[in-house]
Amino acid sequence: MPYISNTDRDRQKMFARIGISKFEDLIQAIPEKFRLDGELKLDKAMSELEITHKIKSQTCKNLCTQSTNSFLGAGVYDHFIPAAVDSIVSRPEFFTAYTPYQAEVSQGTLQYIYEYQTMICELTGMEIANASMYDAASAVAEAILMAVRKNKLTKAILPATLHPEFVKVIKSYTEGAGIELLTVPARDGVIDSTALKAIMDESIGSVVMQSPNYFGNIEDADLISEIAHSQAKSLLIACVDPISLAILKAPAEYNADIVVGEGQALGNSMYMGGPLFGFFATKLDMARQMPGRIVGGTLDKEGKRAYALTLQAREQHIRREKATSNICSNQSLCTLAATVYMSLMGREGLKEAALQSTQNAHYLANELCQIKGISMAYPDAPFFKEFVINTPLPAAMIIEKMLPQAIYAGVAVAENQLMIAVTEKKGRSEIDDFVKAMQEVCHV
Amino acid sequence: MSKTIFEHSSTGRKGVCLPPREFDTALESLIPEKYLRKNAARLPELSELDVMRHYIELSHKNHFIEKGLYPLGSCTMKYNPKIHESLVRHTCFANLHPYQHESTLQGALELLYELQEDLAEISGMAKVTLQPVAGAQGEFTGIKIISAYHKAKGNTHKTKIIIPDSAHGTNPASCNLVGFDVVELKSDADGRCDLARLKEIVDENTAGFMLTNPNTLGLFETQIEQIAEILHSVDALIYMDGANLNALLGIVQPGKIGFDVIHFNLHKTFSTPHGGGGPGAGPVGVAEKLIPYLPVPMVTKQDGVYHLDYSNESTSIGKVHGFYGNFAVLVRAYIYIKMLGAKGLRRISENAIINANYLMAILKDYYHIQHLEPCMHEFVADGTMQKKENGVSTLDIAKRLLDKGFHAPTIYFPLIIPEAMMIEPTETESIESLDAFAEAMIEIAQEAKENPELLHEAPLTTPVRRVDDVRAVKMLDPIFKIEN
Repeated sequence: MPYISNTDRDRQKMFARIGISKFEDLIQAIPEKFRLDGELKLDKAMSELEITHKIKSQTCKNLCTQSTNSFLGAGVYDHFIPAAVDSIVSRPEFFTAYTPYQAEVSQGTLQYIYEYQTMICELTGMEIANASMYDAASAVAEAILMAVRKNKLTKAILPATLHPEFVKVIKSYTEGAGIELLTVPARDGVIDSTALKAIMDESIGSVVMQSPNYFGNIEDADLISEIAHSQAKSLLIACVDPISLAILKAPAEYNADIVVGEGQALGNSMYMGGPLFGFFATKLDMARQMPGRIVGGTLDKEGKRAYALTLQAREQHIRREKATSNICSNQSLCTLAATVYMSLMGREGLKEAALQSTQNAHYLANELCQIKGISMAYPDAPFFKEFVINTPLPAAMIIEKMLPQAIYAGVAVAENQLMIAVTEKKGRSEIDDFVKAMQEVCHV
Repeated sequence: MSKTIFEHSSTGRKGVCLPPREFDTALESLIPEKYLRKNAARLPELSELDVMRHYIELSHKNHFIEKGLYPLGSCTMKYNPKIHESLVRHTCFANLHPYQHESTLQGALELLYELQEDLAEISGMAKVTLQPVAGAQGEFTGIKIISAYHKAKGNTHKTKIIIPDSAHGTNPASCNLVGFDVVELKSDADGRCDLARLKEIVDENTAGFMLTNPNTLGLFETQIEQIAEILHSVDALIYMDGANLNALLGIVQPGKIGFDVIHFNLHKTFSTPHGGGGPGAGPVGVAEKLIPYLPVPMVTKQDGVYHLDYSNESTSIGKVHGFYGNFAVLVRAYIYIKMLGAKGLRRISENAIINANYLMAILKDYYHIQHLEPCMHEFVADGTMQKKENGVSTLDIAKRLLDKGFHAPTIYFPLIIPEAMMIEPTETESIESLDAFAEAMIEIAQEAKENPELLHEAPLTTPVRRVDDVRAVKMLDPIFKIEN
């Protein structure tokens, strides 16, 4: 067996050293009637060649976004990933290492996390970031829980413009803490600020704002922040697209208190939606309320610069049921991809990716709206790389009709509304092909 | 000391080249200026080679499995087969979008469906969800399911979960997150659950019991039948923390011996890489009566077609992940199970147990071991002898091991053993590598006697010397101060 060195001969030697004659002597603590009688019912073991064939047959039954013209988004995006990212991430020095508890032999991991935290703070303008959460959905949920730790107010406001799947995860995570989730409706594709004003009172602990929001629209963050902070204790939780932050206002500029978001687009392939990673940043005065691991700079005993996990007294392995979160394993390797990605893209490259995504998306939106029966669902809302159109046919029908042409048209967000995402990976000809297909599908 | 990536930055350098713009529309004409950023985020500016050199330099400062033995107890640092890495990167896995039409995801869904079935068979559970992305999230999901079960039965008085004092910290933290009160159960002199005490604290308000089996002392909880009887008599459910499942493959099916819920750590037992702390995956298996509460969607199969099935949404606990879990991690675990088959999996657990017992047999003459009976896949030695006789702590021993090219065991855990060293060699280590580790441990025991100062000073040969983590807290420095 390739993954086990020890042969039956080795085992005999080991039995002799242990002082037993057969394996069963070691499992006497397991009552006989609890031991499996016979074998597990699993497929016959496969060799490397056989499993390669089997996986190939499965991959053949998938039609991936690279062999199609895909405009899917809604939280997971197909941005460009430089080849050098995987070259670093696939090094066993990083991917077969454990959580860096023994700092002296984990400086590589610790330093990249420190650099990652710094980059997240650069993008968001915040003062401290953790080493990652599972995804944006759980990051928003953890942010709400953190706000409650800070101000003891158990009401949170979720906008109707927040990703609906995030809302489901938030519900699962906050139910146990007795948090009451209020909803503020949307108006013209963004948070209805009048309605938000109307439900703000001193019992509100946090206001969540996603921008660009689920529909791709950019929220008026200054206004929402002002309303959210109209109550002295209430905190603003901003959920943002990290690539958008190369061109859009940093959340610190509109005084967000906790900033989270989905980091997948930073150098990680989509993998059908996992692994993703949630980034999580806040202000220094809330550092001790944060969930998750944090790396800090320090010195070794000779006074040399070194890194270590810090503020561990918040965490489950020390504080148990009083911990700020139950998180242990996080999405570390995904943050390594993000760190290498951001290092390669640099300040200009990330801006360029964001700009080209914006240009492409706006060009496509304009062209689609030339087609009879298609219009922008939210004509007054500014958007980044994703937008919603009204369609003359049911959106689900458009999606199905385009499948045979290997076009993934987008996500149906209402019966006659289609949400379309465009990144810098799209060239003009692919966009034009999509417009042509849309024209044909809608008007045959 | 390595410079940070920011200190390597030099204005104007580029690590990527995007295609030229096809549109020359100004940003300000697309997005109103009030939304735009004025000062660029100060990301570093480097060439591709600069970036490569920096991260390769950092990589050299890590211990990792291919470099040497990694005996972290309860972490199961086994070898991660390379075929996983090459197959998972196939474009028809890596470039799938979660919102693709189901008809274009049939291969991926087939794989997930088969993995659900295989994990159900391995654990003896009725059904498995693959959605939780980490062990702790699996715990959260499982305990949430227990909560939903009681809620559906009107058991609103059931507010507490019992957890042994040898449990991982995530157990009480997960219960707290679901909203349960945690009651701690002391272990008995044998290192197992104290049955008499359990009987005393179980009452009508008990919603469940979380048990790691084998427990963190590496001992099988022999009295599981009586435990199940006590708990089930008050309609409380039993949760198995599967962190130590590497000891049981093909030997015990937890679902067949009284457990109602179990989580798997695919990044432990099923050999997906730990990634410096993640991503992992924490699927959850449940007994028949708990199926209605599983998260949505499940992967189901009808007339040869696979579906993302939301049909139990009205009873389900909802979702714990934005999409369907850590798909790329699940693919690796799937390949592992398919390549090993029933015999291979059994062989894994047998060898994990043999390796641990072999090491214990050697080390017991040099280190104190509280529970000397045969262990399962790991055992807990401790440094109390060295502490008392030589003033050398377990931390010193751990740091000295780093000098000798090994990673340290899990130390100071479980909390019930003073100066604990929890050692899990895993099945992938050869007898020669176990001998080398044992020899290092014996040398250290000798050094403790002859030259304790050396151990206080350790490590001496690592990229940095002992790190001051008190300073890391007192003078909190979580980000690099970028100049310009």
